[in-house]
Amino acid sequence: MRTISFTEATLEAMQEEMRRDATVFLMGEDIAKQGGIFGQFKGLPQEFGLERVRDTPISEAALVGAGVGAALTGCRPVVDMHFADFITCAMDELVNQAAKLRYMFGEQCVVPMTLRAPDGITKSAGSQHSQALEGWFMHTPGLEVVVPADAEDAKGLLKAAIRSDNPTLYFEHKMLFPRKGPVPDDDDFVVPIGKAKTMRDGSDVAIVTYGITVGRAIEAAALLEADGIDAMVINLRTVWPLDYGAIADAVARTHRVVVAHEAVRVGGVGAEIAAFIGEKCFDELDAPVVRLGAAHVPVPFAPVLQEAMYPKAPMIADAARRLVRKTL
Amino acid sequence: MAKTLAAPAGARRDLGIALLRMMIRIRVLEEGIEKHFLGGEIPGFAHLSIGQEAVAAGTCANLRRDDAIASTHRGHGHTLAKGTSMRGMVAELFARATGICKGKGGSMHIADFSVGMLGANGVVGGGFGLVAGAALSAVQRKTDQVAVCFFGDGATNRGPFHENLNLCAVWNLPAIFVLENNRYASTTSTAETMKIENVAMRAAGYGMPSAIVDGFDGFAVYDAVGDAVERARSGGGPTFVECKTYRARGHYIGDPERYRQKTEVADVMTASDPIVRMQALLGEALSLGEFERVWAEAREEFADAVAFARSSPAPEKDEAFFGAYTGDREPGNPVHDFEARERDEFLPFAPNVGTGSQGSGH
Repeated sequence: MRTISFTEATLEAMQEEMRRDATVFLMGEDIAKQGGIFGQFKGLPQEFGLERVRDTPISEAALVGAGVGAALTGCRPVVDMHFADFITCAMDELVNQAAKLRYMFGEQCVVPMTLRAPDGITKSAGSQHSQALEGWFMHTPGLEVVVPADAEDAKGLLKAAIRSDNPTLYFEHKMLFPRKGPVPDDDDFVVPIGKAKTMRDGSDVAIVTYGITVGRAIEAAALLEADGIDAMVINLRTVWPLDYGAIADAVARTHRVVVAHEAVRVGGVGAEIAAFIGEKCFDELDAPVVRLGAAHVPVPFAPVLQEAMYPKAPMIADAARRLVRKTL
Repeated sequence: MAKTLAAPAGARRDLGIALLRMMIRIRVLEEGIEKHFLGGEIPGFAHLSIGQEAVAAGTCANLRRDDAIASTHRGHGHTLAKGTSMRGMVAELFARATGICKGKGGSMHIADFSVGMLGANGVVGGGFGLVAGAALSAVQRKTDQVAVCFFGDGATNRGPFHENLNLCAVWNLPAIFVLENNRYASTTSTAETMKIENVAMRAAGYGMPSAIVDGFDGFAVYDAVGDAVERARSGGGPTFVECKTYRARGHYIGDPERYRQKTEVADVMTASDPIVRMQALLGEALSLGEFERVWAEAREEFADAVAFARSSPAPEKDEAFFGAYTGDREPGNPVHDFEARERDEFLPFAPNVGTGSQGSGH
């Protein structure tokens, strides 16, 4: 194990996969000469050249469309979306093409494309540079959706995404890039898609979450510990395919669940999880599932407004505390 | 009408006969699809390319099996011309398990990766990115493959057209953009949807060379696309070829065609039917007996394809739930296990319906 930043972890993943497989290439805006707006591509063109690390026009529809075309014809493209918000400019290419081609063509093809999508609420980035859109793509059959929570996930999930023969969205939270964490030394280390990880065991309440909210849930667990409440934290790692088994196990162990994410709560990933628990684990529950997510408004600019509308550790801890004390 | 030229000889004659044969196969296929669609054996939507056969035939005659094409919702001709079997196509349109896409695609979403056919597309302009990507892939893998995008005039008003032409031009990719300007975008005349007469001028805006050809003339299409293929294969980058053609049927089978006069169709086809045109261009190089034999063989091929489709089973109901993800047919795979649970929920209520149009939409 070494302690490296989330950014370094993604860089290692890119380097290792590009060395391992000559059909892996990378394209996006500001990535080759600039090194990426978060420094996440620094050094790649020096090692792999400008044909495999391509600066592109600002043409999201063409990039994702060309990513699909290259994936259909023997390459493993990694397309950087600059900001996850700009996936909206390539929705046909992603939803109507990438997601559906394998199924509707009777499995004649694979679409091994990875979309890297820096997402989430950052320092006053405002409504069009702050969204978490994974719920849309969980709702779209044919796509895989992974959301790393730390440096270890960043490396292992990115490598898994690149190796996957399915189109995979890799949502990397902008605030996580500088954050450091332990990462295994093994250059074949992969985090399996579709498997959750227990970050902290606990018996009183389970906080089921993913992405940046995992860190917030661990903070909440520390606050709860001070109150004598033993909280479990589940890091889903993958939003689709969802690890329903791990969720059911967490319900069976704790009988109380808080589902938390930074994406809008209404119609979000948490809604699917809460519905699943209600349908399949009802008898295990001691209390209704609590869902936490961003308010149903665009992300605002002013820091005081921005910080008011999505859940962090105190709100998660409060929800868990009330669940345990049955003061809903 | 045909000019009075000397009949082609040698390789040119063979080419002309090959093009004619392909155009007749497409015509027979399209007319047959129309008949069986109206007869209720083909569900869904179907869009015919009658009148445009010279573009599919002339373009694909330049391509190798390992070159790629992307097609449109009006894609039967392109698919056949790229080398897909009529049996596989007709069985697909008849929604049978033996269809080239196992009955999951249908007319608008037919593909054949064994011949580099990356799919018809239900989205107008859906093929631009796929072709840019296939051309980029050839560069990345250091092959001399080329990729051809078929599209209509309507698609050139969509954003992906502009983004992908620019991308292919600036990266010098081995792509060929073959426009079938058939004068209608769905049911709206091209004159009402763009202010320019020649769409090819848009290519100039991206620094891409272009050609404008008579899209009823199989030789003309073949020659123009041939130049473009040669340029692309030799590293010279993309080309735009505008084929002036005509859609002799409605936008879809069943289109009441309120937007044009019946006489317009008759006038264009009398003057320009690409099959009649090629027959005239071949002149004495093709006897009437040979010409009739080509038609008879195509009709026989189609009849065989229909018989094959009719004798093929519908897909198993199970098939609805699998195939979206790799690995989803393997127990233990998380997607498989989820899909299998959904199958078990739905199957007891899945109705027994026929394969034809009477079976869909209830």
